[in-house]
Amino acid sequence: MTEQIRHEWPLFEVFVRAKRGLNHVHVGSLRAADHRMALHHARDLYTRRNEGVSIWVVRSDDVASSGPGDKEAFFEPSADKAYRHPTYYAIPDSVPHI
Amino acid sequence: MSFDDAYQALTDHDDDARWAYGTGFTDPLAGVPTDVPDGADPGDLTAYCLMLGDDALVLSHRLQQWVTRAPELEDELAVANIALDLLGQARLLLSRAGAVEGAGRDEDALAYHRDAGDFRNVLLAERADADFAHLVARLLVFATWRLALLDRLSASGDPVLAAVAAKGVKEVTYHREYAAGWVVRLGDGTELSHRRMSDAMAAVAPLTGELFRAHPVEARLAGAGIAVDPGALRPEFDAVLAQVCAAGTLTVPAADPADPAGPAGRHGVHGDGLAAVLGELQAVARSLPGSTW
Repeated sequence: MTEQIRHEWPLFEVFVRAKRGLNHVHVGSLRAADHRMALHHARDLYTRRNEGVSIWVVRSDDVASSGPGDKEAFFEPSADKAYRHPTYYAIPDSVPHI
Repeated sequence: MSFDDAYQALTDHDDDARWAYGTGFTDPLAGVPTDVPDGADPGDLTAYCLMLGDDALVLSHRLQQWVTRAPELEDELAVANIALDLLGQARLLLSRAGAVEGAGRDEDALAYHRDAGDFRNVLLAERADADFAHLVARLLVFATWRLALLDRLSASGDPVLAAVAAKGVKEVTYHREYAAGWVVRLGDGTELSHRRMSDAMAAVAPLTGELFRAHPVEARLAGAGIAVDPGALRPEFDAVLAQVCAAGTLTVPAADPADPAGPAGRHGVHGDGLAAVLGELQAVARSLPGSTW
């Protein structure tokens, strides 16, 4: 078996949590040889101005996404269903938090 | 905090102090007492702060020279971050040196208006890097040594030095991890990367002996509980290097028997490397004294 050397590192997507209690937010992508290097690079690229307390990295190949061609079937059916919004209903006074 | 723009949500601070451009920096030790602790000679303490400050200043400059030249964009930023950490340490240490000296010299005067013979950095800091392997080998040796040093210095009898060291420990811990990651990756990589990493480790070996030889100033201040005796750092340094080299399938570079034990960087005896660094570092400040931008 010949050893194949790839000359470009794979792409990773980076998610940063700004502070405790908030969710991780996608901030960008970077290239790295493996997950550990990706975490190092993410720390150096995306948290240099004190933006984060936690980082996730995910191989971009592992992200499944909806395609532009699916847009109509995926999203438009929900456009006319206002009753799915919680504001559609009158909230009883006995329910303080919703 | 807005959730409409993800990146804005992360950077949505009203904290302009995080930004620094050009000149006009304030004294990083403003408001910090300039007292000299009991048992410490002010001249010795000034010299010691210059030693540790010059190590950081000169290596920071060598790392800055990698900007636009690093093999990957991500590593360029990593190296620049490390350079900035070291520059921050240099500012604190040179400011402390100036305050203890009491001759009216601030960090800029000490950085820009001293000649090579007045610099006290170890020779390891001033050398140019032949390639990226040389950079990470040098950074591994420097960070391993400096982390051991700062870790002990955070218990110094000088509260200012102790605080500066405690801040630096967190920074240099990451520097060591970054460098070790690359040394292992290249050492345990291809035949070519292994050879070049081995060459790089051999190239820095002759510069490590100086790191553990106590200058008389260091010896006196260590006796007073102010400084760290560099000789005491050797066991930790050797253990870390052995671990990294083993992971990277590299041979631990042997101490060079020809390593001159005579006066070196700590005594102001430098090579061409420092002249080259200072030529760049001091050119603008010296040709346009007092200029701001």
